Amino acid sequence: MLHAPFDPEVGAHVNIVVLVKQVPDTWAERKLQDSDKTLDRAAVDVVMNEIDEYAVEEALQIKEASGGEVTIVTMGPDRAVETIRKALSMGADKAVHLSDEALHGSCALQTSYALSKVLGSLEFDLVICGSESTDARLSIMAPLLAERLGLPQLSGARKVTVEGGTVRIERQTESGYDVVEASTPAIISVVEKINEPRYPSFKGIMAAKKKPLTSLTIADAGIEADKVGLASATSMVESFSNRPPRQAGQIVKDEGDGGVKVAEFLASRKFI
Amino acid sequence: MAEVLVLVDHIDGTPKKVTFELLTKARELGEPSAVFLGAPGQSAAALESLGRYGAQKVYVGESEEIAGFLTAPKAEIIAQLVQDKSPVAVLFPSSAEGKEVAARVAVRTGSGLLADAVDLDADGTATQSVFGGGVEVKAKVTVGTNLVTIRPNSTPPVEQAGAATVEQLTVSVSDAAKGAKIVESVVESKGGRPDLGDASVVVSGGRGVGAAEGFGVIEALADSLGAAVGASRAATDAGWYPHQNQVGQTGRTVSPQLYIAAGISGAIQHRAGMQTSKTIVAINKDPEAPIFELADFGLVGDLFTVVPALTEEITKRKN
Repeated sequence: MLHAPFDPEVGAHVNIVVLVKQVPDTWAERKLQDSDKTLDRAAVDVVMNEIDEYAVEEALQIKEASGGEVTIVTMGPDRAVETIRKALSMGADKAVHLSDEALHGSCALQTSYALSKVLGSLEFDLVICGSESTDARLSIMAPLLAERLGLPQLSGARKVTVEGGTVRIERQTESGYDVVEASTPAIISVVEKINEPRYPSFKGIMAAKKKPLTSLTIADAGIEADKVGLASATSMVESFSNRPPRQAGQIVKDEGDGGVKVAEFLASRKFI
Repeated sequence: MAEVLVLVDHIDGTPKKVTFELLTKARELGEPSAVFLGAPGQSAAALESLGRYGAQKVYVGESEEIAGFLTAPKAEIIAQLVQDKSPVAVLFPSSAEGKEVAARVAVRTGSGLLADAVDLDADGTATQSVFGGGVEVKAKVTVGTNLVTIRPNSTPPVEQAGAATVEQLTVSVSDAAKGAKIVESVVESKGGRPDLGDASVVVSGGRGVGAAEGFGVIEALADSLGAAVGASRAATDAGWYPHQNQVGQTGRTVSPQLYIAAGISGAIQHRAGMQTSKTIVAINKDPEAPIFELADFGLVGDLFTVVPALTEEITKRKN
């Protein structure tokens, strides 16, 4: 992991890696498989994780302002190539796809280990990812990678500015925002209000087909097989059940006394 | 008895309710020790209440450097405590920061992590609600120390006196943990209302609210109930309400005692953020809105007549 030197002639080139995940479409019915209690990824429609589009867009905007290169890194099964192509068609320059049967069932901690190995072989000033995936919704990949790689963690960003070797974000908090600053290289996670992701143009889609895409197995990436996959996951699903549908409640139509009706219900449940 | 560490979630020293919930839960697993990390002098305001909810010990780490850098200093201190005290479990609040600190502690201590639990059994099995609340999973940490982040409002806080013996920690934050410096904290919310993640009651508005000004009636209802205000993605996308108040997928996940949804249709993205609420009330013009499938009580009507009437009725009953 080398830091690109600042060159006043060409400006501050910023090389960025964007972590992109393929997830089941939120609208699809998502199920755990009875066999190994992992997400059934084969049975559902898949899309790019929505917030990752914002991560790609942010990287492209920084690149357009400063110069540099945007590399997509994805871990996932073979069909994740569709999602990688979409990121390339938005304008990213190249991609690395970590795909190996041995990764199946990896927990977030193992995933962060595997991704840290891939990142360790790349040159970058910034790593940008989305603040959460719509399938696991853990929101911990940025701190996990920050801890593993010894990088500053700039998570929950709703605004990013890069100046020379300094990156500054507005981190959304419960009551407003914190301004957080770090030196590059650093890892950033972005929230969805940060920008408006572009749609791939026809030209972009055609160009994406020719952009370099490197496929890595775990051996290629130097990932130890016994540190990834379901068998050595750091947590284990013991059982799962489909949540019973909520019992149908009482539905009434407003006939001028709607407010009072709701108040009566709240009083019956001791909320007022 | 085995020790259970609980990370204290506090605002300038005053513990949030979720801290007492975690202490209550921790008593089922072992003997709770609170871990208070903050700026110098802040712990004084916390000790009494931490003891009231059963903390036998309170580890106090106070330093400007804890509050001045993002998450890494806290993780460093907790990882050290895990090494020194060998607790059976560490419980964190499932806030953004709580999860981030837990994640770092997991890497540092080689432990497994269960995030966003809605329940935790005495044997350490956590219940998680996944895929928009449609599936409930029981899971266990299999490696290292049991690290669990628990959603606020998952368990009612119950008082039980503890000794709250203070053990002062020597804080020396490493340079490596000083990577992300907090240079400014800006408060944008109008204040006075409880935080969304922690609140027992949440009142949310959606597309049906129609405009930023429309949130006035939502806020008035929230204030009559001492509630936090939420918004659906349709409302925050339209710029009617701030993103930090967004409930649902890509926003906040809440699990209050009472959730009132006004003018929200109840798409899966919204349900993902509120489905584990204990009681749900829906107010919507459209009798076909999917939110009514979740509602314990649904009122089909115009929120601009129902909500102000409800606020008035609540205020009347309170007096």
